Amino acid sequence: MLRLQNIHTGYGDIAVLKNISLHVSRGEIVTLIGANGAGKTTLLNTICGLVRARSGSIVYNDRPVTDCSADQIVRLGISQVPEGRQIFAPLSVLDNLRLGAYTRAREWGKKKVQERIEQMYALFPRLQERAQQYAGTLSGGEQQMLAIARALMADPCLLVLDEPSMGLAPLVIAEIFKAVARLRDERKTTIFLVEQNARTALKYADRGYVIETGKIMLEGRSDDLLNNREVQRAYLGRQKQPIWE
Amino acid sequence: MAILDTRMECCPREELEQLQLERLQSVLNRVYKNVAFYRGLFDARSIVPEDVCAIADFQKLPFTTRADLAANYPYGMFAVPLREVVRIHTVTDTTDTPTVVGYSAHDLRIWAGLVARFLSAADVTRDDVIQISFRYGLFSGAFGLHQGAEQIGASVIPASSEHTDRQIRIMQDYRTSVLVSTPSFALLLADRMEALGIDPKRLVLKRGLFGGEIWSEATRSRIEQRLLIETFDNYGVSELMGPGIAGECRERSGLHICEDHILPEIIDPQTGDALPAGRTGELVLTTLSREAFPLVRYRTGDLASLTYEPCACGRTLARMSRVERRLDDIIIVKGINIVPQQIEKILTDIEGVEPVYRVIVERDGNRDRLTLHAAVSEHVFFDEIKHHAAFAERLRTELSRRLGLRVEVKLMEKRTLDRELETGPRVVDTRTL
Repeated sequence: MLRLQNIHTGYGDIAVLKNISLHVSRGEIVTLIGANGAGKTTLLNTICGLVRARSGSIVYNDRPVTDCSADQIVRLGISQVPEGRQIFAPLSVLDNLRLGAYTRAREWGKKKVQERIEQMYALFPRLQERAQQYAGTLSGGEQQMLAIARALMADPCLLVLDEPSMGLAPLVIAEIFKAVARLRDERKTTIFLVEQNARTALKYADRGYVIETGKIMLEGRSDDLLNNREVQRAYLGRQKQPIWE
Repeated sequence: MAILDTRMECCPREELEQLQLERLQSVLNRVYKNVAFYRGLFDARSIVPEDVCAIADFQKLPFTTRADLAANYPYGMFAVPLREVVRIHTVTDTTDTPTVVGYSAHDLRIWAGLVARFLSAADVTRDDVIQISFRYGLFSGAFGLHQGAEQIGASVIPASSEHTDRQIRIMQDYRTSVLVSTPSFALLLADRMEALGIDPKRLVLKRGLFGGEIWSEATRSRIEQRLLIETFDNYGVSELMGPGIAGECRERSGLHICEDHILPEIIDPQTGDALPAGRTGELVLTTLSREAFPLVRYRTGDLASLTYEPCACGRTLARMSRVERRLDDIIIVKGINIVPQQIEKILTDIEGVEPVYRVIVERDGNRDRLTLHAAVSEHVFFDEIKHHAAFAERLRTELSRRLGLRVEVKLMEKRTLDRELETGPRVVDTRTL
């Protein structure tokens, strides 16, 4: 469904992504794990058309999208849930959701947008309770739900999440990830998520990639990555001890 | 016809190639980071892993050879610390320094899965009783088959290198349905059963999966006729992991390479240039998922060709031709290239001679001498000395005529020769060139 080949991206003189190739198949949950500054967000922004790749190709549903603008990419069916949620705090929950359907509103009409909002309420009942509240007054977890729902308003085939667990309590994180898994199971939405919280991400994902200083170091099934000692040491907090060499 | 992992074995080529590219790039990143040998190799050529965007870039990378492995004995080629290694096998051959091959827990899991693939392709199921007559030891072959067969759920008998009679007894009493061994051991079993008056029809044995040495189609049909079984070839390279690299399906038109874990290339052994599909050359392999012992462009010394045409069995994985000769088995005597397979063919053509043989090349003063030790079936050997001599003479004439050089022939008892072959190589070249 999504296929990246040899993506190089950078800011100014600094190369951030070095020859990244990866793919996400339809119906998969794929995670990209890595430390701070490894290039995770840059990679998502490159996919979503917010940052231009210097070289390489991105193909989405057999269509090259490397040079598409961000709004074109949303229309093609890729929605991003940005890092730190980035909800519109002074607007109500309902208005945030309406804005999520911005690119579709003309083609859909009011009725369909309303239907879509109802579906979001079904997915996250908490949002319905808070529909008229300012988004800024929601709790962190609720804000994350809103950010996901807002991205889903555009009816994406591929949902891209940037650190959905950031700044949330463990219980809330579990709730968010369960909702994400449900999206895939019930609505067949394909999911690509970037996480520092490697353990949770790998628990819910089918496959994962490990990114280190802009390079993919490992690819594999989630359970294989969870069992990989290098991953355990670097990302799962297994104690590092001086050994061999 | 069972396909164990339909998703990978029948994967559309485009998807497979994407996966190969991803894995190849991550392997290059890992070896550059973790293996000093590879970092040095890349640095010396001012290559960084991220320069590799396609297979054409990859083919600019240097090869890894047996000599490199020897130079990094014992642990220099490991890409993970020793404490992540859960198994260590050793490859010994005619060279002085063996190769030490490490496996992480993940490597062992993948390996078992790949062996299970070719066992399934040969219709081995959980209902089978599988007798593994490879020696269990430093050498990896027996263990690979063992794990793969257990994964399928077959009943595994680790018969190892038990005495032939005992193996036959096990085969009869335990009702072995699948034999795993070298092709020459299968023939040895057939001989022994003949001598003991055991009718292969009375065995439960249905199939044989043979590997570990080069065997011709002639040997294959001989095994099939004598043991009344179906035979399947599989291909392994001990330096990479052992068996599990490729195996035959029921179509028996080449061996499917597990391309999601191994990237194959064919090169011209003289120039090192890549050869297109269909051309025969040296098989060069790169591991795509190995953690502990990744190898990049490893020269196997085996000659084969590749085809990427889809197979009638439904698998999309590339197929390699059966390896019928090795690069380093080529003997050059008086400027004439001789491949053991030629000798095998001649021996097979002359009735009464099992293709069990050994080639000795010596230098006598300035003259090279090629001696063939050939095994003869019992009835020839115990016949009158006159017939014996006449038969040797016939072999000598035929070999000399067809190879274009004088060949000495020494007829030996099969059992003696089998023992020699067990402990030594098929071609002994004592010349100092």
